[in-house]
This record gives sequence, C-alpha cells and structure tokens, in this order.
Amino acid sequence: MSRADNTDTPLGAEVEVDAASQAAASIKRLNLAQRLLRHRSVIFGGIIMIAMLLISIAAPYLGTIDPAYIDPTNRNKKPGYDAMVLDQNDKEVHRTYWMGTDALGRDIYSRVIYGTRISLVIGLAVASLSIVVGLAIGLLAGYVRWLDSVIMRVMDGLMAIPGILLAIGLVSLSGATIVTVIVAIMVPEIPRVVRLVRSIVLSIREEPYVEAAVSIGTPLLKLLARHVLPNTMAPLIVQGTYVCASAILVEAILSFLGAGISPETPTWGNIMAEGRVFFRVFPHNILFPGIFLALTVLAVNILGDGLRDTLDPRLAKRL
Amino acid sequence: MFGFVIRRIISTIPVMGMVALLVFLMLRLTPGDPAAILAGDNGTPQQIEEIREALGLNEPIHKQFVIYIYDIVRGDLGESYFFKKQVTELIAQRVGATVSLAVVTLIITILVSIPLGVIAAYRRGSWVDQIVMGFSVMGFSIPVFVLGYLLIYVFSIELRWFPVQGYKPLSAGLWPHLHRLILPSITLSVIYIALIARMTRASVLDVLGEDYVRTAYAKGLKNSVVLMRHALRNAAVPIVTVIGIGIALLIGGVVVTETVYNIPGLGRLTVDAVLGRDYPTVQALILVFAFVYVVVNLLIDLSYTFLDPRIRY
Repeated sequence: MSRADNTDTPLGAEVEVDAASQAAASIKRLNLAQRLLRHRSVIFGGIIMIAMLLISIAAPYLGTIDPAYIDPTNRNKKPGYDAMVLDQNDKEVHRTYWMGTDALGRDIYSRVIYGTRISLVIGLAVASLSIVVGLAIGLLAGYVRWLDSVIMRVMDGLMAIPGILLAIGLVSLSGATIVTVIVAIMVPEIPRVVRLVRSIVLSIREEPYVEAAVSIGTPLLKLLARHVLPNTMAPLIVQGTYVCASAILVEAILSFLGAGISPETPTWGNIMAEGRVFFRVFPHNILFPGIFLALTVLAVNILGDGLRDTLDPRLAKRL
Repeated sequence: MFGFVIRRIISTIPVMGMVALLVFLMLRLTPGDPAAILAGDNGTPQQIEEIREALGLNEPIHKQFVIYIYDIVRGDLGESYFFKKQVTELIAQRVGATVSLAVVTLIITILVSIPLGVIAAYRRGSWVDQIVMGFSVMGFSIPVFVLGYLLIYVFSIELRWFPVQGYKPLSAGLWPHLHRLILPSITLSVIYIALIARMTRASVLDVLGEDYVRTAYAKGLKNSVVLMRHALRNAAVPIVTVIGIGIALLIGGVVVTETVYNIPGLGRLTVDAVLGRDYPTVQALILVFAFVYVVVNLLIDLSYTFLDPRIRY
C-alpha cells in the first residue's frame, strides 16, 4: 500500500492496516511454503535442481580438469580408465577417468560437469525471458482491443511452425552464439505464454472487483499491476518451469544436430554430437551426458507438476 | 456443414499467409545482406548479385513479399544452392521416407497410448495408473536422440534384432522397409505416447463421471463395452485434438530421429541444409512442415462432426 494514494487516511490507521495485511500475507506465505514442502514432486524436483545448480557453480572444484584440454595419448578410453598424466605444472599425477575420454582425449566427466552450466543458463534465461516478453505481449493483447487480433494472428502463425524447426531456422540464419541460441529457443515459446496471459486477462477483466476498480477510475497501469498481474503469477511460474525443461531439451537437440553453440564449448548436446561417430564402440560418450540431460529435464518437469498442483489447482484439475 | 468446411478451409489461409510472412521476414530482418546469407560462405559476388536479382532484393519490401508469395503459390520454393536443385525436387525425393516413418509412428502411438490411457482412467489411483502417469512424465523428459541411441545399443548392437541404422524404401519389399523403421518409430512415438496417454486418461476420467456411464453399468453392460462404446467414444474429441497438436512434436522428433537412424527423409534434409548453410532449403522446409501441421489440424477439426454427431456447424 503506497502512502501517496492514502493521504486522507490518518497515519496511525494506515500503519495498522499495513501491519495486519502483512501478518495475513506472511501467514499465507508460510502456508504456501509448507504446502510446497509437503509435496513429493516439488521436493524431488527441487533437490535435483539445487544439486545441478551447485554442480554448475562448483564445477572447477569437483575434481574436474580443463574440459577443453586435449590429450592425444589418452583418446577414446572407457569409463574408469586409470592413467598417469601431466598436470598444469608438468608434474606426473594419477588420474581416473570416471566417464572415459572422447576421440580427442578430453575428459568426459569434466565436460559433462561443465556442460551443466550451459544447460542451466539456457533453461533459466529462456524461461524468464519468454515469460517477461510473453507477459508484456499478453497484457497488451488482453487490454488493447485493436491490437488483440493483430497479435493473436502473429502468434497463430508462430505456433503453426514446429518449435524446433523455428529455432533451427533462426540459429542457422544468425549463427550460433549463446545469445542467438537463447533467442531462437525463446521465440517459439512466446506464443504459448501470450495465449495463457491473454486468456487470464480476458477472464479477470470481467470480475466484479476489476469492474469496481475501473469504475472508481483506477489508471490502467495500476489496474494491471494491482489486480491483473498477481492473478497471472501462479500459472506463469508453472508455465515457466515447463518452458525451462523444454529449453534445456531444445538446446541439447540444437547442439546435437550441429546447429548449436560452437563445438569446443562443453554442452551436453555437443558431447553427444561428438560421440555419435564412435557410438558403437564407445557408447559412454552419449550415455553419460544423456543421463544428466534426461535427469535434469525430468526434475524440472516433475517440479513443474508439483508447482502446478500446489499453486494452480484449477489447472491441475484440468490435466 | 458444407458451408462450415469451406469457411474452415478459408480460415487456414491467413495462418499460412502469416507463416509465409514470418519466414519471409526472418531472412530480411536478420542483420546482414540476405543475398549474401543465401549464397552461403562460398558465394561469389556474381552469385550474390544473381540472387539479389532473382529475389528482387532491390525492390521495396512489400513488392518482394508479393514476388515471394507469387513464387510459392506457383509451387516454386526456390533453388538449393547446396544441392544445386529445385527445392521441390529435393523434397519429392525424400518425402517418402518421412511419411513412412510418421505413419508407422502414428500407428504405434495410437495402438499403445489409447488403451494405456483408458486403463489408467478406469483403474484410477492403482499401480497401473501410476506407471502410466510416471511413464508419461518420463516420456516428456527423455531426449529423443538419447532414447534412439539407447535402443540402437540394446536391440541392434547387443541383441542384433534390428539393423543398426539406415533405410530401405517400400519398393525394396515390405519387410526390409518395416524392419528398418521399427526402432526409429518406437523412438519417435515415446513422447507422443506420453502426451496422448495423458490426454486419454484425463478425457476418459471426465466422461466416466457422467450419468450415462452409470446408466450403462446399471443396464449390466460389460466393462469393456462401457469403456469402448460409451466412455472412449465420448472422450474422442479432446484426444483427437491432442493428436493434431502433437504433430508439432512429431515433426520436431522427425528431424532428430532421422539424424540418429540415418534415414534420408525431410528431417535429415533439414539438418543437412542447416549444416550446409543452405537457407532457401531451410526456409522451404519450414513452410512445408508448417503447411502439413495446419492441414492436419484442419482435417482434425473437420473430423469432429464424424466423431461426435452432436457437433453441428
């Protein structure tokens, strides 16, 4: 509650109201947190996601070596291979390659661990950006009538192009850097967010309390911020989780097809793409990054299901 | 009814027009000279000039779009600078493999997912239901190519039941054709099965709460009759709708599956075109796939009246 709007209320009363509403809000928040923590899917998905985050942050300290270090003497080794190798200071040290090495002698374990970074960055960036952009466009479509049909026709067109193809097309045009990959994965996701936001806005604007707010002359921006936006939050968080999962998958697919971030960068998709050639003899090049990828996507999806059940019971019922 | 069909067909025109506009703008809005992008890394200045002339890139942009649409409507999707052929010719050569893959995948998907969904709904909360729902979450999470390689490793390399990779056209005989399509189709169907089993379950669950289902049971009809004739038939519309929406997943999956299994179809062509920086082909394939998606969903919309005679337009 901002002071500027309530200049005619006595200060004491306002403080009281604020304290009361804050208390109410904190009780509500506690309940939500408790509900979330009681949900098995949220716990399972959450723990794996936190573990992945920790892995990506702590990547240099997890017994990894430079993921781009090429060691011609130790090429194509099977998982668990032991060797005496020279470290950075040219000292001979003993090293076990838990996940083997690839055709250039790079350590798969280090590459997989570092690959966590790219996947998480892409997943989180695409999820948050597509929600911000989709929210803005969705609010416009829901509130500015003449823009609505134009925006929705563009969205229909975008949705008619299968997402992976659109992403491949965009990346192939502009060259693959981490930024273009994020944009390319984001564009096909936006229409889904826009549709969701628009449908919420259209139903909210008919609610009596919104009509009441309009009738006392609430400015549009305040109306959106106070009444419409909070209603979109729960579904958007749920949608964001699913977008995150799909973005991680699409990034891996782009890399795997050779259309993603440059091959030297250790991404799960790149490791698998390089492992393709020798797959029959050395399946571990595909297996280990594949496990990490599948586990991460699974965790995000399960987290999404749990969030959907707790935050957005209406949607949970429908599915 | 006839009026509806006509109106529904006409309504796909703006969508396709929008797709064409987006594909058109994709190239024009990318920083850099479109002609240079189209000519690829080895394009000579002369080639670039020819492309500029052929696409009318010196004309104002609305005129360019008119030229572009005019070419598409005439069936001219441009020329591949990588394969040195008309794109339509390239597509015609490879469409067979993709259609076979898609058809076998659809058959597997429908045969597996719908019974799974019905059983899960019927035994709601039981272990069958939990396995089906668990499978559906897993199906969404396992990357198509990881699954593909896993299946190749187990069934082709270890067990030797199937050829490792490759493709034989139908003209080489039905069995050699199918034999090489089984693993790719299973790979491709998993995510689709996950989607449709989930939708079937939800949709049948809705119907099972209806009065006429209770009446059917009360009449003493067998479970199977109630489920198939009463529940599934009434649940059909949302299921078929999701099959249509899932075509987008299928198309994305085709691109990956054909790469994993080395199938010379449209998906493989897309990847080759991207890697060869053959943008006219990429552009044309995006249009073709979007067209397929729109047409399939048009057919599904039209099928509602047959599935559910209550729906009248």
